[in-house]
Amino acid sequence: MSIFGLALDIGFFAAAVRLAIPLLLGTLSELTAERSGTLNLGIEGMMLAGALAGFSTAAATGSLWLGVLAAVCTGMAIGAIMAILVVFLRLDQTVTGLGVSLAATGLVFYSYRLGFGETSTPPSITPFGTIPIPFLSDIPFIGPVLFNQYALTYIAYLLVPVMTFVLYYTPIGLALRSVGENPQAAAAAGIDPLKVRFFSLVVAGGMAGLAGSYLNLAAFGSFTFGIVAGRGWICLALVVLGRWNPIACAAAAFLFGAVDAFQLRLQTSGSIDLPYQLFLALPYVATLLAMIFNSRRTAGPAALMQPYDAEQR
Amino acid sequence: MSDQIPVLVLSGITKTFGKTVANSSVSLEVKRGEIVGLLGENGAGKTTLMNILFGLYRADEGKVFVEGNEVNIATTADAISLGIGMVQQHSHAVSRHTVLENLMLGLPGKNGFLDRAFALNRLKEIADGYGLRLDPSRVVSTLAVGERQRLDIIRALFRRARVLILDEPTSVLTPQETEGLFSALRSLQADGVGIIFISHKLNEVMAITDRIVVMRRGKVVADVVNDKTVTSVTLATMMCGHEPDRVQRIPHTRGDACLVASEVVLQRDEAKKAAHKINLTIHSGEILGVAGVSGNGQVALAETIAGVARAAHGSISIDGDIIENPSPRRMQQAGLSYIPEDRIGAGFVSTMPLKDNMVLSRFSYPPFSRAGWIDWGKVLSFAESQIAEYDVRPPDPQMPVGLMSGGNQQKAIVARELAFSPRVLIIAQPTRGLDVSAIAFVQRSLITLRDAGCSIMLISDDLDEIFQLSDRIAVMYEGSIIWETPIEQATVASVGLAMNGSNPALTEARA
Repeated sequence: MSIFGLALDIGFFAAAVRLAIPLLLGTLSELTAERSGTLNLGIEGMMLAGALAGFSTAAATGSLWLGVLAAVCTGMAIGAIMAILVVFLRLDQTVTGLGVSLAATGLVFYSYRLGFGETSTPPSITPFGTIPIPFLSDIPFIGPVLFNQYALTYIAYLLVPVMTFVLYYTPIGLALRSVGENPQAAAAAGIDPLKVRFFSLVVAGGMAGLAGSYLNLAAFGSFTFGIVAGRGWICLALVVLGRWNPIACAAAAFLFGAVDAFQLRLQTSGSIDLPYQLFLALPYVATLLAMIFNSRRTAGPAALMQPYDAEQR
Repeated sequence: MSDQIPVLVLSGITKTFGKTVANSSVSLEVKRGEIVGLLGENGAGKTTLMNILFGLYRADEGKVFVEGNEVNIATTADAISLGIGMVQQHSHAVSRHTVLENLMLGLPGKNGFLDRAFALNRLKEIADGYGLRLDPSRVVSTLAVGERQRLDIIRALFRRARVLILDEPTSVLTPQETEGLFSALRSLQADGVGIIFISHKLNEVMAITDRIVVMRRGKVVADVVNDKTVTSVTLATMMCGHEPDRVQRIPHTRGDACLVASEVVLQRDEAKKAAHKINLTIHSGEILGVAGVSGNGQVALAETIAGVARAAHGSISIDGDIIENPSPRRMQQAGLSYIPEDRIGAGFVSTMPLKDNMVLSRFSYPPFSRAGWIDWGKVLSFAESQIAEYDVRPPDPQMPVGLMSGGNQQKAIVARELAFSPRVLIIAQPTRGLDVSAIAFVQRSLITLRDAGCSIMLISDDLDEIFQLSDRIAVMYEGSIIWETPIEQATVASVGLAMNGSNPALTEARA
C-alpha cells in the first residue's frame, strides 16, 4: 500500500475524528478564555487533572457519567484558581499558566500513586461504547465516520454551534468578546470585566476537564501519565490557526486529528522504515508549520494578556 | 430653572491616590437642562471627580444625590441605571466591533438573545430627536475621531441618560466638529438633560455653559453663573490662582532656509508614494507650527526628520548640507535637537538622576568625556547651571527624573536641548500637561531660541498654541502636508478646514 493509500478508507477518517475530539474540546476551552482576554496556559494541567478525576471517579463508582462530571468540576476548580491569580491578583498570565499546569501535573502524579499505588499493569475501565445515530449513521461514508461515535463526541459537535451562537448572538457573548477587546469599554458600558473573565476561565476549565476525560473514558479506557501528551499546548496553536472563531477552530482541530491518525497509520503500516518516534512528532511539527504560515496574518483579541485594573492611572 | 430640584448633587467628595489628594471635599450640583462647565488645569481633579461619579473609582468620602435621593454608585452599571452617562476623553468603544454591537453592549437583550431590533429602533429615535446619526453596521475602527465621540454620546443617550458628562470632548475635534457638538448639546439641553462639560479651554466653556465651576488642586475654588461679568482673564485667574502671563508672539525677520526636507515620504505611507511627498523648509529664526488632528503623521514626520525613523524616500538637509543615512546621532551632530511628545519614555531614563539625564545624548563627547572617561565634575556643574537657569524644581541634580512633576521634567529636557544652541529644534506637544506658569516659561524659551536664529518645528494639538507661537502654519492630513501658510493669512476656520482634509485655498477659490 502506498503512503496515500493509507489515508483513504473509512477507518482512517473515523480515527481522525476520534483523535480530533479532545483537540476540539480543548480548543473551544482555550477560545473561551482567550476571547475574554486571558491566555490559559493552565490548559495542559487542566486536561490531565480532568483525565485523572474522570478515570478515578469512573473506576470507583462504576459510572462513566459521574466520571465525566468529576472531570468537568475538577477543570472548573482549577479554572477558578487560575482566575483568582491572573484576573483578580493580576499576576503574569504566562508564568501563572505554566505554574498552574506544572502544579496540576505534579498533583495528578501524586494522587495517582496515592490512589492506585505502583502497579505494573495500569488499571483499566470499560470505556464508553460508540452509539450510532439512527438514519444519520446510515449515510454512506459520512455516517460511519461522523455518526458512529461516542456520546462525548456528539457533545463536542454540539458545542461548536452553541459556542458560535453564544459568542455572536447573546448579550453574554458580546460582553465576553468586548472584555477581551477593550475591558475599559466594557466597564464604561456597565459590565464588570473581572467577573466576565472569571466566569470565562471557569467555563474554559470545565471544557478542558471534559477534553481530558474524553481521553480515557472514551478513547483509551486507561490512565497513563502521558495521556494528554501536549494536546493542551497544541490547542493553543489551534486557536490561532482557527482565528478565535469556533467553526474555524473546529476545522483546525479536525485537520490535526487527521494528521495524528495519519502518523498512527504510518507507525503501524511498516511501509516506511523509520523510528516510530519520528512519526509521533508529526502533529507537533505540523503545529509549528501552521503557526508559521498563519499567525503573521492574524490578530488575536486586542486585550489578550492585559490585566484589567479599574483604578489604573 | 433655579427652583427645581437638582438632578445631580455631589457633596463633600474626597479621593486620594497614595499621598496625592485628587479631590478634597468637592461639592457640585447640576439642574435639569443646565450645562455646567467644570474648569481646571491638568491635575486639578476634574477627571477623578467624574470617574467617581461614573462608578469607575470609589470615593473615600462624600455623598451623591440623584434627583434628591442619596445613591451609592459602586460600579458603572449603577451609574448607568441611575441615568448617568459619560463621554470619556479617549473614546471607550470596542474598535473591532460594529457601532450596533457597541450600542448593545451591556444591554440585557430579549429572551437571552441580543435585541437588534430594539437597538436599531432606539438609534433611529436618537437620530431623529437630536440629529446624531451613525451607520449601525460600520466597524468602529473605520470611524473618524469625531464620529467615535458621537458614538459615545449616542451610547449614553441610548441608556436614557439624565446627566451627561463630557470629559474634554473638544480636544480631539476640529473647530467645525466642535460647532456640531455644541448644537447637539443645545438640543439635549432643551430636552432637559443636565450636562457637565469638562475642559481647560476657556473660550469653549464660556460659549456653551450656563454655570462654571472652577477646580484647583482638588478643590472647588469658584462656582459662578456664566454671564457677561465672566471673562477669560477672571476664569484663568481662578484656575491658576494668579493672573496668567500669556506669551505674545512678536514678529521676527527670518533668515535663510535652514532645515529643508525634500520629497520626503514617511515610512508608513510607503505604499502610496506619489500622493504623500512632503516638501518642507524652515528658515533660521522661524517657528513652523504643524497642526492637525492627532494621528495624521505628525509624530512620524518629527521622528523622520530627527533620524529616529527612516524616511522611505527623500532627503533632509540642514544649512545646505544633505545628511546621508540620517540617524539620531548624525542629525544631532548636524545641529538638530528633538524633544519628543513622550518625554519620559523617549527623552529620559526615569530611574536615573537628573544630572545623568542632562547629558544623556552627549556624555561620550567633550567636555563631559575625555579619553573614554566621564568627567563627573563637569557633568554636575553643567547640570547645576542648567537647573538654575531654567528654574527646574526641586533643584537637586541627584533626584531621579521619574519622581519630578511633568512640568519640571519638560523644563529639564528643554534646558538640556537648548544648552547647546541647536540649529534646528523639533518639539512635539511642548506644553501638554503643564501648568500655566510652566507653559509660559517653555513658550518664552522657544521664542528666545527663535530670536537667536534657530529653526523650530512646533508640533501641537493645541491650536491656540500654534497661533500664539508660529510664524508659519503647516497642516498635516493623512501623512502629508495639505496646506501651508504664513500666520497672518491663517484663520481658525481655514486651519480647521485643512485639518478635515480639504485645502482652504482650493475651497475658497471654488466658492
